[in-house]
Amino acid sequence: MLGYIDKIKKISKRLLQESRVDMVIGFRKGTMPMMNEPCFIKNPDDVDTLVWDSHCGINLANYLTNRKEKIGIIAKGCDSRNIVTHIIENKISRDQLVIIGVPCKGMVDKRKVSSKIEEEIQDTSEKDSQIIVKTRAGETALDKAEVLQDNCLTCIHRNPAIYDELAADLVEEQKDIDRYEDTHTIEAMSSEEKWKYFEDLLAPCIRCYACKNACPLCYCPTCFVDESKPQWVGKSQDTTDIRTFHFLRAFHCAGRCTDCGACERACPVGINMRVFTKKLEKDCLDQFGWEAGLSLDDRPPLDTYRPDDPENFIK
Amino acid sequence: MQNPYLPYPVRVDDIEVATEDKSLKTFKFVFLNDGDEKKFAYKAGQFAELSIPGVGEIPIGIASSPVEKGFVMFTVFRAGVVTTHLHNMKTGNIMGIRGPLGNWYPWDMLEGKNILIVGGGFAFTTLRSSIVYMLDPANRSKFGNIDVVYGARTPGMLLYKDELIEWEKRDDINMHLTIDAPAEGWNYNVGFTPPITEEKAPKGDENTYAIVCGPPIMIKFTLPVLEKLGYSNDHIIMSLENRMKCGFGMCGRCGIGKELVCKDGPVFTLDQVNQTPKEY
Amino acid sequence: MKVVIIDKGQWAEDLEGLKKSYQLFGPVGEKDYTVFKTLEKGMLPDFSTLNTRLSPKSIVFPQSEDILEFSLDETREDHHIMKEVKKDHPSRAVFGIRPCDAKSISLVKLNFDTAEYKDPYWLSAYEATTFVGLACDNPASTCFCTTAGCGPYHEEGLDVLLTDEGDHFVAKALTDKGETLIKTAGWATETEDTFKLKKKTAESKITSAVETGNLENLEILDLHGATFWDDISFACLNCGTCTYVCPTCWCFDIQDEVHGKSGKRMRNWDSCMFPLFTIHTTGHNPRGTKMQRVRQRFMHKLKYFLDKYNQGIMCVGCGRCVRQCPVNIDIRRVCNLMNSYKPEDACAAQE
Repeated sequence: MLGYIDKIKKISKRLLQESRVDMVIGFRKGTMPMMNEPCFIKNPDDVDTLVWDSHCGINLANYLTNRKEKIGIIAKGCDSRNIVTHIIENKISRDQLVIIGVPCKGMVDKRKVSSKIEEEIQDTSEKDSQIIVKTRAGETALDKAEVLQDNCLTCIHRNPAIYDELAADLVEEQKDIDRYEDTHTIEAMSSEEKWKYFEDLLAPCIRCYACKNACPLCYCPTCFVDESKPQWVGKSQDTTDIRTFHFLRAFHCAGRCTDCGACERACPVGINMRVFTKKLEKDCLDQFGWEAGLSLDDRPPLDTYRPDDPENFIK
Repeated sequence: MQNPYLPYPVRVDDIEVATEDKSLKTFKFVFLNDGDEKKFAYKAGQFAELSIPGVGEIPIGIASSPVEKGFVMFTVFRAGVVTTHLHNMKTGNIMGIRGPLGNWYPWDMLEGKNILIVGGGFAFTTLRSSIVYMLDPANRSKFGNIDVVYGARTPGMLLYKDELIEWEKRDDINMHLTIDAPAEGWNYNVGFTPPITEEKAPKGDENTYAIVCGPPIMIKFTLPVLEKLGYSNDHIIMSLENRMKCGFGMCGRCGIGKELVCKDGPVFTLDQVNQTPKEY
Repeated sequence: MKVVIIDKGQWAEDLEGLKKSYQLFGPVGEKDYTVFKTLEKGMLPDFSTLNTRLSPKSIVFPQSEDILEFSLDETREDHHIMKEVKKDHPSRAVFGIRPCDAKSISLVKLNFDTAEYKDPYWLSAYEATTFVGLACDNPASTCFCTTAGCGPYHEEGLDVLLTDEGDHFVAKALTDKGETLIKTAGWATETEDTFKLKKKTAESKITSAVETGNLENLEILDLHGATFWDDISFACLNCGTCTYVCPTCWCFDIQDEVHGKSGKRMRNWDSCMFPLFTIHTTGHNPRGTKMQRVRQRFMHKLKYFLDKYNQGIMCVGCGRCVRQCPVNIDIRRVCNLMNSYKPEDACAAQE
């Protein structure tokens, strides 16, 4: 994916020069190893600030909500699917956007990298399918496949679902993978086991709301956790309130989640809250044959009614 | 030192509907414990947290005056969770009051000065407290001329109407009451507060201070009028509002620059306000 | 003050002994990071990580804390009368707090311990606690403490400072509280004060820095109106991570909760990143945009606090927000931008 950036810059420069867009939303180099910072470019001369590598996991669709400008946006497979969802949900209009599609080969989970390296990581670089990690002690090469984000490992939509420009040739989609291995494991648990599992899962939560704020779907002007009239959820570290937040948020994403992994990536205490959205994603696929964000023409299952909708899960 | 989070227990002694649209009610509270009233010693311009157990707290300017004893009074607009609950309360109910909080109008500095009070709508509570304080026989001689411009939409939206009429009759205070549009039986001014201020208020000088409280739109149009009348920014005194929780400068939310509205304010001169970010 | 040797062979036993007189806290491994927790019987503080994921501020300032309690049962004489929740903290000691975190507690004290008001909850926890620091001989690349008013051997806010000498620790008592703890632990073998030399070596390993020298000369309104805030805030998700992991962030919310007829008033951490922090009942929000909230966080830490207390910036250079921000907004970059801001350039650019 390293080679993409020249094309991304070229396209961005052209779009800005031709005034087809007011800004391009992309990434600039971060100050931390394995981190890039979402940014906007308005001046064609500034496109060299843009970067693209395996550390661009943040979902840029999040930065489109209710914007008024004409925007060029760099979009991986998952970003593009959230852009589709944004358009369907009237958070941005299609004709405001020039989508610069980026066929993706997976994003690196920096915590996985850190867990494999004893010393403090000073810097990383990429070569072929390897991540070269530099510490004060020296260099270590890691196989990128071993340090990908969990959601990238099971992704079958690496190519953008919708795009106007393309930064590289489309990549081959992953095949023959069990996308719902984790979900099956949890589904097989007894109620008590599930309860214990979720209890442990959410125990470290500090309610910073990084998960919901990183999520492009969570754009409600006032989230239910912030409502005061009536106040649905308490604000303390009470475990019931913490669970209520995570469960309700997940349900609110049903049929909309693209499994982009932004929530887990953002969580400062490493909660794998994707287990919730993943289950709902699986249910939508099983019940309605639906995957979010693949087409501008189909309405999501939860805002349409069809006489043959399954209903045997209603108890 | 006393726990600043702990309210004094009070009993709701009297509730009166304050405006014709019933959106405001005036509450009188009596302290349950001997000695608490004394501890609650306040000055005109301060506020308190009305504290309803199980519901929450709300910062409200104190409408009674330090010269009135035996009760404290607040006039409250029904808006959010706490004020709605308060409006549904009955005399005899028990709740709490925390305070007094914040600073006050600079009474020491104002001694010997002429005072112009400009108020609008229901932001007349601490202004009432101030007027009652200045008109008290023990205090009246400490101040020069007192002029009051007070405007509301209709006669029925003026707070403390009986007192306003009484003050109208006195010759040691110049009242300039006004309503937005003519109404039957209304013998006073008609027009918005800013133009009435321009017409009736005394000119600004070294010895004259203006205290201004009202809705943002009134403030916006009154400040240029005061400037035109010759009031300098350090002679214009305002009371700011911001979302508050603790009320004594610790919880951090009401900050405007380095000043905290709850503790360093709510009373600021226009000069001071102009030196802070407009985050209120 | 006393400087003593603590034999690592005796460490576990000595700490168990101390637990008879103190409730001990220390860094404890949790998943892939460490947090400060009570050290139950048999537990030792984990000194292997430099900075815990969350700061130790929760030891004196828990994320949720009951402050008042009341009954709504009208058959009771005291119904609807609020009472203080008494905090009878036992003697407590934190082991392995880093010098930056200790300094942060002394900065936060400026907020909770004022001439006019004292926060009884924060102060009672603080006063009951002995802070046993661990000096940092191998600082991280994100540590910028030496330019943020402290350093790897900084003593402010500490009662004892430990330094690791391989097979033993050397402990320096810094206050009477510290002397008492050392005496209680039975650490009596005195030794020479080697801290000065080690301090220099440790400080030389700090590679990261902020520039703060010019902040005091700038006007609040100039910085507030600076041109860089849109750029700085663009990536921000407005989550509370930076504020919650920060040792110096103290803002809180007050909430009532009722279960049946009994209720409590509690305070919870809050964050200037959240719109709810400042929104008025009318719906008007003085800091209604993301940019305004991001600006508030940095202005509070790097300018308002500085101007208000004249005690430096409200940042100790621990690097937590730098490492944990999901979008890599870096306070070092922001601080340097603020410090080098030239209002006259901005005016010229606008013309």
